[in-house]
Amino acid sequence: MDIFLQQLINGLTLGAVYALVALGYTMVYGIIGLINFAHGEVVMIGTMVAFTIITALASAGGVPTPIIFGAGLLAAVMCCMGLGWGLERVAYRPLRHAPRLAPLITAIGMSILLQNLAMIVWGRNYINFPQMIDKVSYEVGGAIFTNVQVAIVLTAGVTMIGLLYLIFKTKLGAAMRATSQNPHVAALMGVNINRVISLAFIIGSALGAIAGLMVGSYYEIAHYQMGFMLGLKAFTAAVLGGIGNMAGAMVGGLLLGVIEALGAGYIGDLTGGFLGSHYQDIFAFMVLIIVLMFRPSGLFGERTGERA
Amino acid sequence: MSEVLLEAKAVAKHFGGVKALQDVSLTIRRGEVYGLIGPNGAGKTTFFNCLTGLYKNEFGEFLFDGHRLEADAPHKVATLGIARTFQNIRLFGNMTTIENVMVGRHVRTHAGVFGAIFRDRKTVAEEQGIRRRALELLHYVGIADRADDLAKNLSYGDQRRLEIARALATEPKLLCLDEPAAGMNGTETEGLRELIVGIRKDGVTILLIEHDVKLVMGLCDRVAVLDYGEMIAEDVPTVVQKNPRVIEAYLGGSVA
Repeated sequence: MDIFLQQLINGLTLGAVYALVALGYTMVYGIIGLINFAHGEVVMIGTMVAFTIITALASAGGVPTPIIFGAGLLAAVMCCMGLGWGLERVAYRPLRHAPRLAPLITAIGMSILLQNLAMIVWGRNYINFPQMIDKVSYEVGGAIFTNVQVAIVLTAGVTMIGLLYLIFKTKLGAAMRATSQNPHVAALMGVNINRVISLAFIIGSALGAIAGLMVGSYYEIAHYQMGFMLGLKAFTAAVLGGIGNMAGAMVGGLLLGVIEALGAGYIGDLTGGFLGSHYQDIFAFMVLIIVLMFRPSGLFGERTGERA
Repeated sequence: MSEVLLEAKAVAKHFGGVKALQDVSLTIRRGEVYGLIGPNGAGKTTFFNCLTGLYKNEFGEFLFDGHRLEADAPHKVATLGIARTFQNIRLFGNMTTIENVMVGRHVRTHAGVFGAIFRDRKTVAEEQGIRRRALELLHYVGIADRADDLAKNLSYGDQRRLEIARALATEPKLLCLDEPAAGMNGTETEGLRELIVGIRKDGVTILLIEHDVKLVMGLCDRVAVLDYGEMIAEDVPTVVQKNPRVIEAYLGGSVA
């Protein structure tokens, strides 16, 4: 039982990160039907930028920790917003009317390009996160969790509530939803489609940057290839929730995190010790396969062939 | 202010070898109801699509209220004051009725990303204004009681009315209606006629594509007839009705 609770907590932490990244996939897909495979790399760059700033400020000394974190987060968010905007502008917009395969392959190309750029800038080695937060552990019912985990879950929660408000309660959100349902008609109502598409990339990338800092401070490590697996899993989460659906991405992310953590916790017992917890990645992809086989539209998905 | 609101000059649109529109020139005057009729496939909807920037016409140009319309820029067309409805209804089905109209207000309001995130007083006031105006428009077309229902759950006639409300929300100078009476029964068509008369009284010029001859002849000040992409007649309804080329286009064969 204590394993269950423990893994549930770990899963929710991980899931909060997946959910934020999955939102980036789903927002872009919902509006232009593109799976932006470079999104994982955007998250990676967010982590790298945050690390660089935080390390620099920490070694300068004398700067209070919250300010260091705030500066790292702000820099990462700004960089990623610019990167997301630039990606759409340079790589995807010229292919807006091309066959669907072309932007997809371009996305994979951009992913490789960004990985290699990151390797040139930050090197091939793992980068360690500066030890600067005093970790505090709490125990509830035999399960242990830290203040970092609490911060991750709370930040993710607040961010997602803010996003839902933006999408469902503001004029800008209405324009985004209208564009996702029918871009031509939305344009005739005066919605500037190019701007809405840029915004989807920018907002998604900002969420990715926040997730990047979370992953970094949770695992205390960063690497130029970290975006690949994280991106794939977040994509799985988006598919699980129903790609194109915001609430789906949030629920899908949390669910996937929990499934993965519980799977990792029990896989040893289930296979009699044959497979260990380092096999946790297989759960995400089993989920992907099962969803694609039995409910390809995902948990919340219903929109198919609606595009005019 | 000139009397002419819209001038189409020798507009042509080809799809591969098909000449969907050839050399169509017409002028629409302020305040009139202008009918565009013709058999199926004559190019009426293509004309609408070129006018509203959904298609790019190969030749010719549109002058609207002193501006040359840019092809391929629908949101600018909306800003200049042209709104339309669609032959096959195109609402934002998964949004509520009032939200559909609120999207139409987009073109006349200004708050952007900054306001959406920081919720300054001006943005909040503007969004309240948008909602109020949207509700007024729903009253105007008579479906205010369905404001919070999803658009896809409205009846067919109400969906048509919602499309008109959404188009009016952009405060158009020219309202283009693409077969608004299609699929409506007699009572609904009568209601629609009254609505169009009302809109015109409020000073909006109307361009109407319609198959219902009775509706067209009763409503329009002038009518243009398209056949195989060419304009074969333009005049007041009573004259057009007697034009032998028009009768031939509709009934086929030579006129005995």
